Amino acid sequence: MAKSNKPIVWGLFAAGGTVTAFVIPALVLLTLLPALGVVPELLAYDNLRAFAGHWLGKLVLFAIIFLSLWHAAHRLRVTLHDFGVRADLLVAIAVYLAAATGSLAAAYYLLRL
Amino acid sequence: MTGKPYIRDVPRFGWFLRQPRYMRYMAREVTCLFIGAYAVVLLVALQRLAEGRQAYEAFLQALASPVSMVFHLVVLVFALYHTTSWFNVTPKAMPIQAGEDFLPGAIIVGAHYAAWLIVSVALLFLAGVF
Repeated sequence: MAKSNKPIVWGLFAAGGTVTAFVIPALVLLTLLPALGVVPELLAYDNLRAFAGHWLGKLVLFAIIFLSLWHAAHRLRVTLHDFGVRADLLVAIAVYLAAATGSLAAAYYLLRL
Repeated sequence: MTGKPYIRDVPRFGWFLRQPRYMRYMAREVTCLFIGAYAVVLLVALQRLAEGRQAYEAFLQALASPVSMVFHLVVLVFALYHTTSWFNVTPKAMPIQAGEDFLPGAIIVGAHYAAWLIVSVALLFLAGVF
């Protein structure tokens, strides 16, 4: 049987699409509030630090950032093809590398907390 | 076979401007830029948080700026388009068989919207918004 990495790539894209669909609008509202003069409790330094300091908080934050980046990277790869960019291998390397770098950075910052 | 097969001319650029259906498709695909940009903002938030109180407070100041407000409103529009377009195709992406028939699509889509509402309200409540 021919080996393919498509199920992994697409599975993470689908997982990312689902997670972002559920949480991104509410998160955007949350971080929009400071611009309206209200800082939600969770965004206060001590509270967010405590949240991100707990292993479960780290896991949640990492999952959201990793899946969002992967979802965006994969969809961008397909979308660039639709916009007429035909260098798929180059595009794939660039977008997945960017998503991986961002995810590693997120893990690094979380582990420092 | 004789003669040339008919190949419909599809321009490499701008083909999606031909039909509203294609434009909705592209609008859906382009949401990824805004989801990605917002993920970067979350990443920067983590970086500032790891740097310490002073750096994080400066980040909160930046969130309060008018530029941030415009950015968030634009991201919100695209995020809502992503969410609704994602949920609206769930009956196609994961049809659920119940006995001989398939569960009506409206139930699957409706369940996603209901769960979305609960998740959003819970998230904002736990974050201390209300």
